[in-house]
Amino acid sequence: MIAHNFEYTAAASLSEAVNLLQKHGGRAKILAGGHSLIPMMKLRLAAPEFLIDIGKIPELSYLKEEAAKIRIGALTTHYMIETSGAVARGCRALADAAALIGDVQVRNKGTIGGSLAHADPAADYPASILALDATIIALGPKGERPIPASKFFVDMLTTALQPNEIVREIQIPVRSGRNGSAYLKMAQKASGFAICGAAAIVELDGSGALSNVGIGITGVGNHAFRATETEKALNGQKPTPVLLKKACENAANGVVALEDIHASADYRLDLARIFARRALEAAIERAG
Amino acid sequence: MTQRYVGQAMKRKEDPRLVSGTSSYVDDISLPGMLHMAVTRSIHAHARMRRVDISKAQKLPGVHAVITGEEVAASCGPVPSAGEIPNMKRPQRYLLAVGKVRFVGEPIAAVVATDKYIARDAADLIEVEYEPLPAVVNPEKAIQPGSPRLYDEFSDNIAYNFGFETANTEEAFSRADVVVKERFINQRLAPVAMETRGAVATLQMPDNELVVWSSTQIPHLLRTQLALMVRVPENRTRVIAPEVGGGFGSKLNVYAEEGLVAYLAKKTGHPVKWIESRRENIAATIHGRDQIDDVELAVKKDGTILGMRVKAIADLGAYFQLLTPIIPTLTGLLSPGAYKVPALKFDLVGVLTNKMATDAYRGAGRPEATYLIERIMDVAAQKLKMDPAEFRRRNFPQPKEFPYKTSGGVVYDSADYEKALDRALELADYKGLRQKQAQLWKQGKYMGIGLSSYVEICAMGPSTAMAAGGWESGTVRIEPTGKVTVLTGASPHGQGQETSFAQIAADELGITPDDVVVIHGDTGRVPYGIGTFGSRATAVGGTAMFFALQDLKEKMRKIAAHLLKTTPDKIEFSPGKLVAKGDSGRSIGYSEVVSAAYMARNLPPGVEPGLDATRFFEPSNFTFPFGTHVCVVELDSETGEPKITKYVAVDDCGNVINPLLAEGQVHGGIVQGVAQALHEEVVYDENGQLLTGSLMDYALPRAHDFPEFELDRTVTPSPVNPLGVKGVGEAGTIGSTPAVVNAVVDALAPFGVTHIDMPLRSEKIWKILKGRKAS
Repeated sequence: MIAHNFEYTAAASLSEAVNLLQKHGGRAKILAGGHSLIPMMKLRLAAPEFLIDIGKIPELSYLKEEAAKIRIGALTTHYMIETSGAVARGCRALADAAALIGDVQVRNKGTIGGSLAHADPAADYPASILALDATIIALGPKGERPIPASKFFVDMLTTALQPNEIVREIQIPVRSGRNGSAYLKMAQKASGFAICGAAAIVELDGSGALSNVGIGITGVGNHAFRATETEKALNGQKPTPVLLKKACENAANGVVALEDIHASADYRLDLARIFARRALEAAIERAG
Repeated sequence: MTQRYVGQAMKRKEDPRLVSGTSSYVDDISLPGMLHMAVTRSIHAHARMRRVDISKAQKLPGVHAVITGEEVAASCGPVPSAGEIPNMKRPQRYLLAVGKVRFVGEPIAAVVATDKYIARDAADLIEVEYEPLPAVVNPEKAIQPGSPRLYDEFSDNIAYNFGFETANTEEAFSRADVVVKERFINQRLAPVAMETRGAVATLQMPDNELVVWSSTQIPHLLRTQLALMVRVPENRTRVIAPEVGGGFGSKLNVYAEEGLVAYLAKKTGHPVKWIESRRENIAATIHGRDQIDDVELAVKKDGTILGMRVKAIADLGAYFQLLTPIIPTLTGLLSPGAYKVPALKFDLVGVLTNKMATDAYRGAGRPEATYLIERIMDVAAQKLKMDPAEFRRRNFPQPKEFPYKTSGGVVYDSADYEKALDRALELADYKGLRQKQAQLWKQGKYMGIGLSSYVEICAMGPSTAMAAGGWESGTVRIEPTGKVTVLTGASPHGQGQETSFAQIAADELGITPDDVVVIHGDTGRVPYGIGTFGSRATAVGGTAMFFALQDLKEKMRKIAAHLLKTTPDKIEFSPGKLVAKGDSGRSIGYSEVVSAAYMARNLPPGVEPGLDATRFFEPSNFTFPFGTHVCVVELDSETGEPKITKYVAVDDCGNVINPLLAEGQVHGGIVQGVAQALHEEVVYDENGQLLTGSLMDYALPRAHDFPEFELDRTVTPSPVNPLGVKGVGEAGTIGSTPAVVNAVVDALAPFGVTHIDMPLRSEKIWKILKGRKAS
């Protein structure tokens, strides 16, 4: 459990970090909270020659509530998100996800930017990030680049970030009117990661019909995905137990599910249906 | 003796130094000039090594030495294994592999360097050219003719056959109204003590004494074996077990790495440290369980058991560690459990496979026995349509029948099984639970109630039944100031005997536990002893101390009688003083008597100065704690996930010295036993690759998996020792596993389910619920 040799630089500013990343390219890794990268290095599964520590850059840790969105700095810890009033009001599914990550120590050190950039297929955030239609602001040598959540998760441990880009901020749109969101998961018993996690957000119009439904599912496929067929089947409909169940039958259509010693593909697919429905039920209940 | 402290839930004397982080574990030891060892391990389950190239590692700056199998095979003895079974094939193994590797993680080479980082890098620079061979992973396939063999020198992979038949089982089965048959699998587990293994070795001036600090449960046995392994005189060898962060049996062993640090300290002239990583801990520290039991039970319609047949296959792994072959034989001894099983046939085959060796893990052979009997009891009750509590009750031996000789060949010391069962059922509101279960069932909710009326073998044990002596030593030294030093051959590593032994000594001498210091784990300070395992420390080690206390009390009575001008039989110990009985309360202070013993100016004739006594206690039998656990589970009807909603445990471990320690043992034991039922499993793939090599894949229990436990006790003192204690270190682990599985099967019984294999992952239950056809 001892990493290979590496060189370490604590970047004093974001621009310095981007410059260093530009200089070292694929041989360097960004270190934020260190809760994904360091374990991989200790297992010698990752062996970057350069570590660029952005953990000491003060301007990266914040939660800002604006008119129609919440802006979250990349270095914001899971604990800050879990306990933020703004997140609880505006995008509860994200607070749910943060609260279900690891244990207290991990939530105190781990960061949302680090978790998203690492893109573990069983991480908790991606389901909520997708359901909530978040935007990831990447920073590279040419400046900022917004990446919609739907384009961000490309493959297992692979994102739309360029090798010289850093996650700078996560922006989450805040819905107005009657709405609610939730994230639920079944944890893998050893790691605590999601065997299946589902996030849902719903808006309810005056007639009680659903609109702008968003559902994100993590842990099931190579990367988190939106349950688009289910969303379509629900928009404009009044939620009934029969409708929710039927719509969620298609929650993971077309997805090639992961299979390992902890769960088969069939089980993960069924959990996707079950947890999508449960997340929807919780979101609808929260919408009041 | 007035009991002022024994029986009190005193907080542990050990805790302040542990919770404040001021104590010292092996990794806290740092010596001048100390080198660090890293080990190159096999990446194949089974392979010939054509070449081991250490040249690159040797050239890395900071590396002091690199050693391989040939060198240690020539300079050191083999890794020891004890225990004899007739016609057993005993594989010989050196500190590093020679010629062939036989499990993933097997040590091939060792490197010492100036720091642990260089050592690790150097170990990775060693190039091993392997010729992979077919891996033998499945023990049932391993015993088939034509299976690839682990050892060219052995005709097959069968290490031994062991068995016995008590009474005629064929005849018993012929009289049965009902015969039930089921296969039960005890999956392979990793002990995963919080502190991994580790050792530091140095040759200490002026006379080159080999001093080894090791995270061990058996410092004296390790000292003897190290002396033999690295060829150092035993009287110039000292082993110290500093603070040890848990063992669960995994440190009741002598490992290659302990020999390697000692050899390398000798070779380099530097102190050498090795600290096991968690991945090494899961791959190359002993595993537990891994047994397949095919069980048949013959019963009459009225629920009377007539006989049982068990065919067991034990997966021993590739080599023998200290007690590897012996552990599964304990399953046979305990397989009748708490029941009258008049006829028993037990057949066991021990199998060599390309995996880490199995050995003693909390319970060691007894959880397998309890699991098979407690599961088959439920299967039979289900078939007989009899309440499982009632079926158990009908087959208990009655209290007046003890000592009770079982068909397993052991003599249970004392018990009242029905009393513990009744108390557990009452605490759990068993009747109410059954009613609730029926109501929930109508609502499509699945709740199950599981019982386990276990008995276990503790206080190991009579030396005739043990692989390396079953006695224990105890020294009590009353210092001139009256303070008391206890030296015990037991080697506690979390059990709390520094507190409980002090409670016993305080009551015997009329002093306080604060006046007593208990020293253990250092062969340079403590007379030879055996160690802590098999729930033995208090029952065997405590008894040795108790006898030493009696010797000193007898001597002090003589001195007091002399000074008070009366006879020793009139002298009684009371707090702070020795009193002349029936003599208008004349007394002499405890410290005056102690002082008289050391000043030695006025001792009675024939009494030597000083107050120091050592006794060695050889137990006449094991002890047999028992109890009943009740587990209630509710299943998620969609995902299958089981949730424990209630857990009741009524345990009887004889007299209790410190209820706080006993409860702590039961809590931890239940958690580990439940974890086997629900989560834990060491998985090797068909090539012998370890798939659960880290805690990301090997599931340990967490606090949030459990409800609050409801505990109670019955007290049936053991007649085997004067303290009347039985031992409680493993009870929770042994009792709990079948209670959980019985509960889950009970929840699914209306679907015709008779058994599900552990661990009870949600998916297994989900599959049953998916395909359900309610009867």
